[in-house]
Amino acid sequence: MIEFHSVTKRFPDGTLAVEDFSLVLPSRKTTVFVGSSGCGKTTLLRMINRMIDPSSGSIEIDGVDIASGSAVALRRSIGYVMQNSGLLPHRRVIDNIATVPLLKGVKKADAHTQAMELLDTVGLDRALAYRYPSQLSGGQQQRVGVARGLAVNPNILLMDEPFGAVDPIVRDDLQQELLRLQHDLDKTVVFVTHDIDEAFLLGDQVVILEKGAQIAQVGTPKEILANPASDFVASFIGADRGKRRLAVDSTVARSGDDVVLVDGAGYVAGVIEAPGGVLPGSGVGVGTNSRARSVSNKTDQAGDA
Amino acid sequence: MNLFLDALNFLFDPANLTGANGIVPRLVDHVWYTGLSMAVAIVIGIPLGLLVGHTGRGRNAVVALSSAARALPTLGLIFLIILYTGLGVGPLIVVLVILAVPPLLAGAYSGLEAVNRPTIDAARAIGMTEWQILLKVEIPLAMPLIFGGIRSATLQVIATATIAGYVGLTGLGRFLIEGLALRDYKLALAGAILVIALALCVDAILALAQRLVVPHGVARGLTRHPDESAAPTPRQHGRVSTAPSNP
Amino acid sequence: MLWLWDNLDLVLRLTADHVRLSIIPIVVGFIVCIPFGWLANRYTVARTILLTLGGVLFSIPSLALFVTLPALLGTRILDEANVVVALSIYAIAVMVRGAADAFSSVSRDVISSSTAVGFSAVSRFWTVEFPLAGPVLLASLRVVSVSTVSLLSVGSLIGVQSLGYLFINGYQRDFPEEILIGIVFTVIVAVLFDTILVLVGRLLMPWTRATPRRRSVTSAAAPVTA
Ligand SMILES: Nc1ncnc2c1ncn2[C@@H]1O[C@H](COP(=O)(O)OP(=O)(O)OP(=O)(O)O)[C@@H](O)[C@H]1O
Ligand SMILES: [Mg+2]
Repeated sequence: MIEFHSVTKRFPDGTLAVEDFSLVLPSRKTTVFVGSSGCGKTTLLRMINRMIDPSSGSIEIDGVDIASGSAVALRRSIGYVMQNSGLLPHRRVIDNIATVPLLKGVKKADAHTQAMELLDTVGLDRALAYRYPSQLSGGQQQRVGVARGLAVNPNILLMDEPFGAVDPIVRDDLQQELLRLQHDLDKTVVFVTHDIDEAFLLGDQVVILEKGAQIAQVGTPKEILANPASDFVASFIGADRGKRRLAVDSTVARSGDDVVLVDGAGYVAGVIEAPGGVLPGSGVGVGTNSRARSVSNKTDQAGDA
Repeated sequence: MNLFLDALNFLFDPANLTGANGIVPRLVDHVWYTGLSMAVAIVIGIPLGLLVGHTGRGRNAVVALSSAARALPTLGLIFLIILYTGLGVGPLIVVLVILAVPPLLAGAYSGLEAVNRPTIDAARAIGMTEWQILLKVEIPLAMPLIFGGIRSATLQVIATATIAGYVGLTGLGRFLIEGLALRDYKLALAGAILVIALALCVDAILALAQRLVVPHGVARGLTRHPDESAAPTPRQHGRVSTAPSNP
Repeated sequence: MLWLWDNLDLVLRLTADHVRLSIIPIVVGFIVCIPFGWLANRYTVARTILLTLGGVLFSIPSLALFVTLPALLGTRILDEANVVVALSIYAIAVMVRGAADAFSSVSRDVISSSTAVGFSAVSRFWTVEFPLAGPVLLASLRVVSVSTVSLLSVGSLIGVQSLGYLFINGYQRDFPEEILIGIVFTVIVAVLFDTILVLVGRLLMPWTRATPRRRSVTSAAAPVTA
């Protein structure tokens, strides 16, 4: 469990990046910080492994103030994955993955064996182990970055827009991979993105931030979609443009048990099963043009492409 | 062409090889002065350049120093210092060290500066200490430029030591200077050939050493993305920054 | 200072010689580097050959080159041509590398889009590639200019008149002030040339002022190379 207690960060140049931020990030869950550029997501994330020290307030991991120990030891116990992978260009993939274990004094042979296993874990061919990072594609580099983050078997994994620089198809792949990993490994993941779809897909807890890391809303994707706390949130998740607010289209003739849903702009967003012409749980008959709420959209993002 | 033949005759005449003023002792002297000055200059210049590059403090001073070093005419500098210190090997070595330090500083400093910031950041984020970052990330990645600085400085020292023959430094420059003074062109040309051969050999050896020292991934990275590295091609800065100083 | 006033004529005459003799290699270097730089940027083989050759020529100590040229060119040892040719060789060696890098710094997108717009290869070169390579070319030219001015004085060891004469004369007469004046005037010439190059660059490439190059690597290295 990671706890922020009234954390404020003012940079030496006067920028107030984070102002009085308090939040609990539950263990073994994925918390996603989402917000537009410059709102302080990276600053929040980097305060967790002390890449940045707060100006005031404190951060605790499992009840222990992180400022009490050494920063280097803390960082070695936390996995960190960043955009563009941050791999060391002069080391082969396997040595990149084994970097931290080797720093910690693990025997080279053991570290390499483990690195090979991690290649399997992140879905990479072992043959890539002896390549240099520049010989990999962006998506492969990113997977190596994740493998390196997992190498010390950390309880906490910090990810700063890890999939921001890869094409949408590869990103989908990596996202699914992360969901699978999280299911298998049960880490406390803190994930930063400015892509709300990614946030809703990956997050158990989603934190929508405004400038200065002001919390606009915290909740599960469902809660946020169902009840946007403010116009800002509504606009941020696209509800105001009607993108996520779907309605049953009454103009299309019904065939079988499927009902066509359209978004606020009238574009077809998908279909929903309505046995007997009745939407489940709503008690509302189809064809009355009454509005239906979008499902949580957790895996199907057809409407948002 | 028979000028060259004359010069080669001089070079291959066994009588000119040994003896107090022979080719071998003067070659040994030249190499010794070069090695000694470079050793001192490296001990001073590289750690200082690394410090400036790692901390970012004092970069303006380094930049100013290396530009100034380029604009100052070496010949005038040597004569001026010798007039104040008096003739002697000691002062000349000091001059050589002074001239070798700026390219070393610049190489080390710009080498570190050229290392991709996010890479360093990532190294810190995964828990490397500052020393580990410097030794395991920054220096290996800066190697091409650090080596560029070493090669520039070495050529600079070999060339300056040649000129210093004018003010009494023994070494291959003596043949050249004596030849000019005696209007014995054959002798001067022989000296020039020796100096050129020495410079090329030393540079070739350093080029080989550079291949051995620069980590594979770095070389690969640079050859894979020539555009990206337009500015810091391994030898470009090192070499270009030498240009001025090579006397 | 008194010495300077008494010998102002001599100093000014030497300065004029210095300017005259150093302009030639700089101009030659600039003109020759364009076709070679283009070749080096275009063909990997040409690049390897030209840059290796340049590196070798460049590592030859100047005094040795001055002395070797008469035997190669058939000039007399005292001829100015030896020094001018030698400095031109250095200038070309540095500029070809600089030009190759300058041309490769021009974004591929710009080149292909101007081809798509319908430039012929020749007009594209002169109206797109050459101007966009300008800033990097200028940086190399500034290096060449400063180093040529400072290297020229070595030529006085083989008897070519330049401000270097003041070094030798001052040394032989045990008169530091004369050497110092020689150094100061050499630096003045170097700074003058550099200022002119920068001003001409601004005049010809007004866009470089509007968008300062912000690549940290480049800006860090610029002072070193410039
Ligand atoms: N080292 C620094 N010095 C000064 N200001 C900084 C520094 N780092 C970040 N900032 C400022 O702090 C604010 C928050 O930055 P941060 O990097 O946390 O944003 P972000 O939400 O991660 O944005 P992005 O989505 O673009 O990555 C920004 O206004 C930024 O300019
Ligand atoms: Mg960020």
